[in-house]
Amino acid sequence: MTAELIVPLLAAAIQSGTPILYATLGEILTEKSGVLNLGVEGIMIVGALAAFVVAKLSGNPALAFALAGTAGMILAAGHGVVCLWFLGNQVVSGLALTIFGLGLADYLGTPLIGQTAPGFDKLPLPGLAQLPVLGPVFFQQDLLVYLAVLVAPLLWLFLNKTRWGLNLRAVGEYPDAAAAAGVSVLRYRWAGVLGGGFLVGLGGAYLSLAYTHLWTSGLTAGRGWIAVALVIFAFWRPGRALFGAYLFGGVMAFQLRLQATGTHLPSSLLLMLPYALTVIVLVLASWKGRQANAPAALGINYEPQD
Amino acid sequence: MKSKVMVMIFVLMLALGTTPAGAKDLQVGFVYVSPVGDAGWSYAHDQGRLFIDKMEGVTTAYVESVPEGPDSERVMLNMARKNYDLIFATSFGYMDPMLKVAKKFPKVTFMHCSGFKTSENMGNYFGRMYQARYLSGIVAGAMTKANTLGYVAAFPIPEVIRGINAFTLGAQSVNPDVQVRVVWTKTWYDPATEKEAAKSLLDVGADVIAQHQDSPGPQEAAQEKGVYSIGYNTDMSAFAPKAHLCAPIWNWGPFYAQMVEAVRAGKWESKAYWYGLENGIVDLSPMSDKVPADIQSKVMAEKKAIKAGAQKVFTGPIKDQAGQVKIAAGQSGSDEELLGMNWFVQGVIGTTQ
Repeated sequence: MTAELIVPLLAAAIQSGTPILYATLGEILTEKSGVLNLGVEGIMIVGALAAFVVAKLSGNPALAFALAGTAGMILAAGHGVVCLWFLGNQVVSGLALTIFGLGLADYLGTPLIGQTAPGFDKLPLPGLAQLPVLGPVFFQQDLLVYLAVLVAPLLWLFLNKTRWGLNLRAVGEYPDAAAAAGVSVLRYRWAGVLGGGFLVGLGGAYLSLAYTHLWTSGLTAGRGWIAVALVIFAFWRPGRALFGAYLFGGVMAFQLRLQATGTHLPSSLLLMLPYALTVIVLVLASWKGRQANAPAALGINYEPQD
Repeated sequence: MKSKVMVMIFVLMLALGTTPAGAKDLQVGFVYVSPVGDAGWSYAHDQGRLFIDKMEGVTTAYVESVPEGPDSERVMLNMARKNYDLIFATSFGYMDPMLKVAKKFPKVTFMHCSGFKTSENMGNYFGRMYQARYLSGIVAGAMTKANTLGYVAAFPIPEVIRGINAFTLGAQSVNPDVQVRVVWTKTWYDPATEKEAAKSLLDVGADVIAQHQDSPGPQEAAQEKGVYSIGYNTDMSAFAPKAHLCAPIWNWGPFYAQMVEAVRAGKWESKAYWYGLENGIVDLSPMSDKVPADIQSKVMAEKKAIKAGAQKVFTGPIKDQAGQVKIAAGQSGSDEELLGMNWFVQGVIGTTQ
């Protein structure tokens, strides 16, 4: 691989990592509040569909992006109702949400297949875009890429430097203690679920507004599940999520480019790379017992005690 | 779910007696693997259905998004029970289910697309798409400045490999130095991955992108980069007006009409129908004005020669990537060789694995 290939590869890594980044950050927010939501894939694809439909009808990609987040939030609210109100099993509810979301998007989206909608185009940042190497990699992307990069530190600031963030983490770690300190566990968990759903929906929107301007059933193609795995890889830290998402994006983009350069490796082997990496990462993450960084009350429903 | 709803609608329509009294219409059913709105494979078949729907005394119906396997068997069984006369199933995985249903309903005529099994009342059919791909290769070979063509391809199966080889031979016929780089996506319809695959080809210097994919993702990538593209299935110029040069396309209408006539006249025979340009089942979409007139006329001349049978796409000497002669000088590949093709011609960069 020569230098002329590496720069576009890195640029592609950032682009193909961006939808996963939004989804991973969303899931971190949700899990930090102690709620496990395995519905990421379903929420993501509903977000992608909502974005596509709104962009097509209104011609306004920004509105489409915002409403995709809202659609993700509405779907995530279903998970909240089941797990926070009725104390249902979080794993089952999340899986159901994924199946429901994929089915819903498939049903509603079928008439739209083969159409195009307006979206976000490349927006080179003046000055910065002309930098050698860094320019094409980081500063000749679309608006949503820049936004995703901003969301990561903002989420970190929120979780670690604000009282609300502290409370949200507290209900994810020791809900009883948090409740004793006068923090409403339910309220913060709802915030985690809805806020997370919003970000995951944005990740879906990236696929149908910027990555392509097309809709198809199954557009997310498993990216939601990669985001779930990345949360563990990132040890629930937004900064590491940034790194992890781009790494995965890079591996996805890399295997296609390796084929284009005329490698003799079988393509089936190369296509396995992102998923093989997922497995390796999960093994490594669990190996050193670093799982300990998971919120202590993750996946456990909270029943208020009198 | 959707397919069940469609089936129910058919049942209702039949119950209400939409067929006029008197001479019974020939009822023709279609089973599609994907939604018809996809501007791709199923869309092309549905255009064929609409073509015969206009014929006198023919009614048609279709069920879309039918998964291959047991579900498809149920759909076909249903059609046969409802006294359909002719049933077309348009995906490879429908082959065995159709064979089973065909045995149970000997009076119904079954036609399976892209497979290899036949029975007394079941034939199979396909088009020699590689002929149209050869023509599109001529256009690509003439338009490239970098002498590098990119080909986004779905799965390494003979149908796709044959198309890549034909495309390459076409390009080489006008530009001996041209190379074709192949990237496999292992999907028929995933716009995001297909677009990324096209971008990876653009990054290694390809300046014309061709595709054996059902989504217009690769077209988008070519348009954004400001280079040329070759579509597939249907004219894809709407997705990339600046990039699109031409597209090898399916045109099932005349063939379906021919089958309808044969069934009606009692002259239908069970065999493998493998037609090409001469039958109009495959074609090249109108070429963009960006293609110079002399190239256009060369393509039209080649098309005429292939149509007349004077010229065969796979005429030797043809060497594989390792330089070994696969089709000797003066010979042309037999249908068996073409149907089992699992090697790339010289000039293709990529692997068939």
